[in-house]
Amino acid sequence: MLWEVDIYPAAGQLDRAGLRIANEAAELALPKTLRVSAAHGFLIEGALDKTQVQRLADELLSDRIVERTVIAPARDPCLAIAPDCQEHLVHVLPKPGVMDPVAQSTLAAIADFEFPASAVRTFRKYWVTGINADQLQTLCSKILANDAIEQVIVGPLPFDQLEFGSDYDFQLVHVPLRELNDTQLMQLSREGQLYLQLAEMQTIRDYYRELGRDPTDAELETLAQTWSEHCSHKTLGGRVAYRGPDGERRFESMLKETIFAATVQIREQLGEDDWCVSVFKDNAGVVRFDDENNIVFKVETHNHPSALEPYGGANTGLGGVIRDPLGTGLGAKPICNTDVFCFAPPDTPNDSLPPGVLHPRRVMKGVVSGVRDYGNRMGIPTVNGAVYFDPRYLGNPLVYCGNVGLLPCDKSHKEPLAGDHIVALGGRTGRDGIHGATFSSAELTSESETLSGGAVQIGNAITEKMVLDVVLAARDRNLFNAITDCGAGGFSSAVGEMGETIGAEVWLDRIPLKYAGLSYTEMWISEAQERMILAVPDAKWQEFEALASSEGVEATIIGQFVPTGRLKLQFNGNQVADLPMEFLHDGRPPVVREAVYQPVASTPVDWSGATKLDCNQLLLKILGSLNVASKEWIIRQYDHEVQGGSVIKPLVGVSNDGPGDAAVVRPVLSSRRGAVISCGMNPRYGDFDTYHMATSAIDEAMRNCVAVGADPSRIAILDNFCWGDCERPETLGSLVRAAIACYDLAVELGTPFISGKDSLNNEFRYVDSAGVKQSIAIPPSLLISALGQVDDVRKCVTMDLKRSGNLLYLVGETKEELAGSHLALVANLQGGAVPTVNAARAKETFAAMHAAISAGSVAACHDLSEGGLAVAAAEMAFAGGLGAKIFLAQVLGLLEGDESAEKSSATQLTLTMLFSESNTRFLCEVAPEQMGHFETALGNVPHAVIGEVIDETKLQVVDLHPDNPDHVIDLDLATLKEAWQKPLRW
Amino acid sequence: MPKPSVLVLRAPGTNCDQESAYAFELAGATAERVHIQQLLDDPTLLVKHQILCLPGGFSYGDDIASGRILANQLAHHLSDSLHQFRSAGKLILGICNGFQILIKSGLLLADDPKAGPAATLDWNANGRFEDRWVHLQAASNRSVFLNGIEQMYLPVAHGEGRFVPRSKEILDQLETSGQLVLRYCGNGQSANQPSGDGVLEYPINPNGSLANVAGVCDETGRVLGLMPHPERHIDLTHHPRWTRGEGRDPGDGLRMFQNAVEFFK
Repeated sequence: MLWEVDIYPAAGQLDRAGLRIANEAAELALPKTLRVSAAHGFLIEGALDKTQVQRLADELLSDRIVERTVIAPARDPCLAIAPDCQEHLVHVLPKPGVMDPVAQSTLAAIADFEFPASAVRTFRKYWVTGINADQLQTLCSKILANDAIEQVIVGPLPFDQLEFGSDYDFQLVHVPLRELNDTQLMQLSREGQLYLQLAEMQTIRDYYRELGRDPTDAELETLAQTWSEHCSHKTLGGRVAYRGPDGERRFESMLKETIFAATVQIREQLGEDDWCVSVFKDNAGVVRFDDENNIVFKVETHNHPSALEPYGGANTGLGGVIRDPLGTGLGAKPICNTDVFCFAPPDTPNDSLPPGVLHPRRVMKGVVSGVRDYGNRMGIPTVNGAVYFDPRYLGNPLVYCGNVGLLPCDKSHKEPLAGDHIVALGGRTGRDGIHGATFSSAELTSESETLSGGAVQIGNAITEKMVLDVVLAARDRNLFNAITDCGAGGFSSAVGEMGETIGAEVWLDRIPLKYAGLSYTEMWISEAQERMILAVPDAKWQEFEALASSEGVEATIIGQFVPTGRLKLQFNGNQVADLPMEFLHDGRPPVVREAVYQPVASTPVDWSGATKLDCNQLLLKILGSLNVASKEWIIRQYDHEVQGGSVIKPLVGVSNDGPGDAAVVRPVLSSRRGAVISCGMNPRYGDFDTYHMATSAIDEAMRNCVAVGADPSRIAILDNFCWGDCERPETLGSLVRAAIACYDLAVELGTPFISGKDSLNNEFRYVDSAGVKQSIAIPPSLLISALGQVDDVRKCVTMDLKRSGNLLYLVGETKEELAGSHLALVANLQGGAVPTVNAARAKETFAAMHAAISAGSVAACHDLSEGGLAVAAAEMAFAGGLGAKIFLAQVLGLLEGDESAEKSSATQLTLTMLFSESNTRFLCEVAPEQMGHFETALGNVPHAVIGEVIDETKLQVVDLHPDNPDHVIDLDLATLKEAWQKPLRW
Repeated sequence: MPKPSVLVLRAPGTNCDQESAYAFELAGATAERVHIQQLLDDPTLLVKHQILCLPGGFSYGDDIASGRILANQLAHHLSDSLHQFRSAGKLILGICNGFQILIKSGLLLADDPKAGPAATLDWNANGRFEDRWVHLQAASNRSVFLNGIEQMYLPVAHGEGRFVPRSKEILDQLETSGQLVLRYCGNGQSANQPSGDGVLEYPINPNGSLANVAGVCDETGRVLGLMPHPERHIDLTHHPRWTRGEGRDPGDGLRMFQNAVEFFK
C-alpha cells in the first residue's frame, strides 16, 4: 500500500519556502497577485496501517511544534484539498533514478521503527494562485523545478506504487564499425556521445579491422572515456605547433614542456632541499609539510554539469575533488576546501537569455548551495575562494572546487600488486552520470539539457563522509596497496588507470546496483558518486570488509588485478570486453594542433574626458563592482571553522567582515605549523595578452599568500585552465602563450606547479530569435591556486588597520598599467598597458615582505589588486574601523621612472597612482617603533611611507600638491563599506 | 582520581568528533571516539565512561530534520542506558548537532506523552546556514559545564538553531527553573536580556531563538545542549580578532571542558 504524508508549516509559523518563491517570482516579473504556499512530503510504500504512518509522521517525518501534517493513502481526494482555496496544485519530484538522499535515510529510519516499508520518495508540493496557466508554466520551469533532474506534476500525484527499474536481460552488443566511412564514423562519435575525433575513430576502426571483429559497446565506450579530453587532456598534453610573439615552437607534449618542465627544473635546482614529493602523477600534488606529514592540493572544475543543474553540478564538483586527495597516495585527510566561480552578471535581463540558458542569478544561488551542502556535511571547512563576473560566462559558468589534504609521509605512495582484489567502496551504481567524461569534453548547446541530462547528478555527502572515515582507518591499519577515486568515466577509468601496468579482470555482475535494469556497459561507465576503487591484498580482505561494514559502508570485490597486460570484462561468465592496456593508454593517434597568438597591440591610454573624473565616485564604483564587492553572503553559508584549526578566517577585522588576503589553518591541532591557501585570477587581462594575465595571476596568488605570513620559498601552485574551443588555432594559441608564461615565472620565482587541470570547449552554441547561429566563448580563464606554509601561525598578520598613529608603507613600483583595470571598467577608459611582472623584482619583494612579517614589524598587510592603491587603502580602513590619510606626493617616488611623471598630466598621475593595477605591491601598516626593522627587512625593494592611520573614520587622499586643501578622495568609512557590501548583500 | 573518560559518540555524518575529543584531552580527560553501531551492539560501553559528548556535524545528513534520525535511534534503543548514565551522576554534553539530537530525543527536556516534545530547534529565522561569532551570557550556574562562566565569545555554524518551546508556559517554567542557561547577548551587555521571549535583533541573536536561548540544561544540571561551538575557541588563534590583540589564551571555550573534568575531582 502507498501512503502520502504532506507536511505544512504549523499555524503561526512562517512559510519560508513560499515566501522565497514569491520573491524569486517577482525577480522574474510574474504578477504581484501571485501567492504560493509550500509544503513537502513523503510517499511511503509498504504494508503499514494508519496508526503506524501517524506515528512516523509525529516522531520522524514532521516537527509537531512548528509543522502540521496531512496523512492519507496516495490519491486520496483529501490530499488535493487546497488549504487556502488556491487554484493550482504543483508537485515536484526527483526523476526516478536521481539521487534522493532524504528518501534513502527515511527508508532506513523507518526500518529502525521496525515498520515494513519497502520504498520512499520525497516531493515538494506547491499551492499557487493569482497567475494564469502560461505563467504557471514559467513558474514551474524557471523557479519550482529543473527538468534536468526533476519532474513536475500539475494536479494530484498519480502514483499507485513506487518500484521502478526492470530486470536486465543480458545481450552482448557489438558495434559494426569496420565498414564505416569517415562521415559515418563521425556520426557514430556524435550520436553515441563518444565525442571522439575522426583520426581517433579511424584508429579504432583500423585496430578492429586487423583484429577481424567489431568492438563490443563496452570496449568502444572504454576507449571513448579513456581517450576523452576530460580524462587524457590530449589537447594540452599533445603535440602543438605554436607561433606567437615569443617566436615559433613545436611541442611534443605542450604541458610537459612548459608547466611540468618548470617543476622539474626547480626540483633539480633545489637538489637536497627538494620539498616536492609527488607532482603531476597522483590524483593530487604532494609536498612536504612537517616531519610526520605531507600536504596535498587539487583543484578541479565542474563547469558543464553546473551549467545545466547548478546545485547538483557544484555539489558533485566539490564531492569529486574531495575524492582526489582521498585517492592520493594511500589516502589523505581532507582539511579544507576552496571554491572559485565565474558567472554572468546577476542583473542580466531575463529576456536576453539564449534558449537553454539558466539565469545567472539562479546559477549563482544553486552553485553556492551545492558547495555549501556538500562541504558543510563533509565537515571540511571551505576557507578560500573568489567570484568573477563577465557576460561571456552566460552559457558557460565556471565552477572551480579545490581540496587540501594531510597525508602521512609513510603513506604517500601507492602500488597495486598483481593478485590484489579490485574493491569498490561506497555508493551503489546507478544510471546517473552516464557519459559525464565525454560530455564534459564537448561544447554545450541549447539542446544539451535534453541530450545529456543523464550526465547531471546530485551527490550524497554523508555517503562520502562514511567512505572517508573507512578509508583513513583502513589506511592506518595498512589494509590496502592502492586507492583511486571513481570520477569521470566511472569504473572504466579508475580500474583502467590503476591496472595500467598490470592488467585487470572485472566481473561486472558483482557491482552493487541502486536498482535493476542496468546493462553491463552502463555499470562500467556510470559516474555514480561517492565510490572509490581500492587494491586490497587477499590476506587483508576480511579485516577490510569487517571494518567497512562496522561503519555501514558497502565494500565489494568486483575483480582482480592479473598480470596479463589486458583489461578483461565479464558479465555472468560472458566476456564483454578484452582490450590490451597498451592500446587503451597509448593507442591514441598523435594529433598535431596549430596554435597562433597575437596579443592586442598596446596603445596609449585615451585620457580624453579623464579630466572631469571624480576620484570619490570612481572609488565607490570600483568598490561596488561585482568582482571587488564583498562576498560575505557566500562566505557565511560555508562552515569555515570545522575541524578546529582556523587561524586566519576569510573575513577579518574589527567587525569580522573585511576581505582577508588568504586563509590560514592548523591541520595538526597540537602543532603551531600552518597551511596558507590563496588564489589569483584576472580574466580581464587576458583580453590584452594571456602571457601577462598568467604572470599576474601567479603574482596575485603569491601576494595573497605572502601577505598573511607564508614563506615564499615554500609556496606550491596549481594551474586550472578554462578555455574556449582549442580546435581554433587562435584560442589554443592564447592558452599556449599563458602556459609559456607559467613556465617562465615559476622558474624565476622557484615556485613549483604541483598539479593542474584543464577544461576546454567552454563555448555555448545556439540559434538566436532571428534564426542566426550564435556562439559565446568564455574569456581565457586561468586560475592559479597557492598552497603556502608558515612555521608558527602566531606570526601571521591580517589586512585590517590596527592603531591610529601607525605609518602606511607602500611596497613595490607603480606603473601606468591600466589595461583591463577596474578603473578602465568603471570609467570606460580605452587602451593602456596591461600589468606585467618583473620576476626578479617579485622574488626579492616576496622574500623581503616575509622577512618583515616574520620579524613582527608589520601590523597589517594587504596586497594591491583590482582597483589598486585606493581600493586596498579603503578596504584596510573599513576593515579596521580606523581612518587612513594618504599623501600622493609621497607615492610619486614609487612611480617607475621619472620621465613618465614628467610627460603625464596631474590627473593622469593621480589616477595612475590611485588605481593602476601594477603587480607585486603591498600596503603595510607599521608602528613607528618598528620602522627600523621594517626598512631593514625591505632593503633595496622599493618602498616609501605614503600615509598614516588616523582616528577620524575617513579615507583621505591629499592632492599631489600638498597645499591644495581639496582632497582627491575624502570619504567616510561607512560610505565606502556600504558601497562595497551592498551589491551582493542577498 | 584518575582522568575522567569521555565517550565521544560518532554517527554517519558526525564531523566535530576529533576536535571535541581534543578539547576534552586538553582539559585533562581521556577521550574515546565511538561509532553509534558499536554502542548499539554493546550499550554497556557507557558504563566505563564518566562523560558522554554528542559532537557537532550532520548526523545522517540531517535528512528529514537536524539530528532527528539519530535522536530516534537513541530513543528506540538506548533510552534506558542513557537515563541510567545520567542518574549515575554522570555528564552529557551536546554541541550543535548534539544539542539538536538531545532535544529531539527527549533526553534534555522530557516529552509529554500526548503533546510531544517540550521544545525544538527550527530553521534559522533567515532560513540559511550561517557561520558567525556570537556573544553569550551564562544565565545561571545550574549547569556543571558553565560553572563560574559569565560571558563567552564563541562561533555558531548551523542552519537549524532557532529555539522554539511548545508553549509560553513551558518557556516560563524553564526560565523559572533556571534551565535556560546560555543566551545570545550584545557585546559586554550581559544584563540586557529583554523580558519573556523577547528576541534580540539579528545578528546578536543569529537565528531568532525565542528568549535568545543558545543553550539549555536538564533539571539535574548535568546534561547540557548548546548551539555554539566551545571546541572551536580553545586557542588564542581561534579568536577572529587575535591579530588585533583581542582574545585570551586559552580561548573561552576550554573552560567548559575543564569544568566537566573538575566535576569528577
